[in-house]
Amino acid sequence: MTLAAKSLLLIAVLGLAACNNPDRYGAGAGGAGGAGGAGGIDTTGLGDPSNPTSIAYFNQTVGDRVLFAVDQATISPEGRAVLAGQAQWLMTNTGYAAIIEGHADEQGTREYNLNLGAKRAAAVQNFLISQGVPAGRLRTISYGKERPLEVCSEEACYAKNRRAVTVLSAGAGV
Amino acid sequence: MLRPMMKSLAVVVALALALTLGMATAPVLAQEPPRIVIGSAVIEPMPIAVPTFIDEGGAGDYAREISRVVISDLEGTGFFRNIGEEAHISKVTSFDGGVAFEDWKAINAQVLVTGAVSVAGDRITVKFRAYDVFNGNTMEGAALQFAGTTDGWRRMAHKVADVIYSKITGEGGYFDSRVVFVSESGPKNARLKRLAVMDYDGANVAYLTDSNSIVLAPRFSPAGDRIVYTSFETGFPRITLMDVASLDRRALEEQPGTMTFAPRFSPDGRTVVFSLERGGNSDIYLLDLGSGALSQLTNSPSIETAPSFSPDGSQIVFESDRSGAQQIYVMPAGGGEGTRISGGEGRYGTPVWSPRGDYIAFTKQNAGRFHIGVMRTDGSEERLLTASFLDEGPTWAPNGRVLMFTRETSGAGGQTSLWSVDITGRNLKQIPTDGPASDPAWSPLLP
Repeated sequence: MTLAAKSLLLIAVLGLAACNNPDRYGAGAGGAGGAGGAGGIDTTGLGDPSNPTSIAYFNQTVGDRVLFAVDQATISPEGRAVLAGQAQWLMTNTGYAAIIEGHADEQGTREYNLNLGAKRAAAVQNFLISQGVPAGRLRTISYGKERPLEVCSEEACYAKNRRAVTVLSAGAGV
Repeated sequence: MLRPMMKSLAVVVALALALTLGMATAPVLAQEPPRIVIGSAVIEPMPIAVPTFIDEGGAGDYAREISRVVISDLEGTGFFRNIGEEAHISKVTSFDGGVAFEDWKAINAQVLVTGAVSVAGDRITVKFRAYDVFNGNTMEGAALQFAGTTDGWRRMAHKVADVIYSKITGEGGYFDSRVVFVSESGPKNARLKRLAVMDYDGANVAYLTDSNSIVLAPRFSPAGDRIVYTSFETGFPRITLMDVASLDRRALEEQPGTMTFAPRFSPDGRTVVFSLERGGNSDIYLLDLGSGALSQLTNSPSIETAPSFSPDGSQIVFESDRSGAQQIYVMPAGGGEGTRISGGEGRYGTPVWSPRGDYIAFTKQNAGRFHIGVMRTDGSEERLLTASFLDEGPTWAPNGRVLMFTRETSGAGGQTSLWSVDITGRNLKQIPTDGPASDPAWSPLLP
């Protein structure tokens, strides 16, 4: 990817941050990520997915998320493989910190799902730490059922919403 | 002998009760004032007449609007039916003049409410009198006057209706109250949420936050002057305290690596009980708002959340999945293991102790459906009041006889809305809001 293309991608990210999704890019996220710029907007270049040290590569090739069974926070064998890759990547690319976002599907009460999301995020955090990632580079947050990825009310969507997503940001620690 | 009395619903209800209890019917029943027993098998709403309040000077539209709100409050309970003015035989032209009871008997009005409104500058005075038509007298304690500023005219109407409701049902009123809730907008996968407050009937909406951060589950303080809620404003879920008058707010607990949520005030307003999560495990904690002292009330590797005090402050009801699924437990206010009180099929969450102390409301999830229900504080007499794709988060009206909750529809276009239902399962209805709304919490009755 050319520098111009990279810039475009960065602009696209900034544009997204500016127009909506305040919770992901809002005032708080800047403070929490430790890399907040003016106005608390956390800006991180995604980089080129063909570059193995880029966030785009982490998200797409390593895999930024693991999925869970109903009501469970146990990491599946497939999930463990993804997280082993994440741990490897994080130990190689030490300039990044991560916030692990735990989510639940909409089946369940609000408070319970907030906790379930926290359990899922903590399970991922614990696994990454067990693989050697320094705890100081990892934080967790739960969104409960507040931020579904898929919006249908069927298992096909629920399965994708029961997730923990490792969100990288530039900065060695949080 | 009985036939003429049958006109009076009060007598029917009283008679039914007397028969149920195996008591003899006493002739004194003929003099019983109009009465509705909430929780009994009410067959049809009590007919009442509320002629438009008299303008005693400068009242303009206020007299008509106040009458309209009084009728709306009373009819909204499902226990009353207003007889329209077109059916009235008499006109009420003077607040202190005599009442032609025969004319109101003739249209079968059990209760007649007359009122008068006067306005001078920004001051408004509302007076009313409720008559027991069949006995031909003013109902005891139901002739009052309220005075205040004109911007409080709806509250005065609510107070009139509260007095009438209270006299006839024997229960506390609940119309002069506010509800704090979460106003929602945007698509399901990028929902925007902000705190809002409204009258119990959906009027007078005011917004308390912008929609830059997720906000969840606000709760009023016992005096109604403060709100606790969960906010993502710091980037992480934090219990947050807001002063309603100034809108000043602050996160209450900011230990890194933790999440705090599901806050609720103690009955004395001095402490907040909530969930604190660390490493995926949550327990229930108590925070003293004055000293900042924190105490841990549960210590379990399972999910403990949704705590709610008993009105006397001695106990806390909460949910836990320590048995493998969400169930409801009661523990002493100082903490402890807790005793499980829910026992039916399915999962039980979000328990809320009634301000009357007699019931616990909850959300039940079973066989792919959600319900709002009530049970006695020992778990007996469980009764499900609603059923839908997603009903959750009940809150009690100040009189402990009506619940409000969130209903969410399914699918990609799924939206939230606020509904109320009384504790017998009657009178299920949607509360009008400008847009999608969730997480209602009722204030105490306003002073």
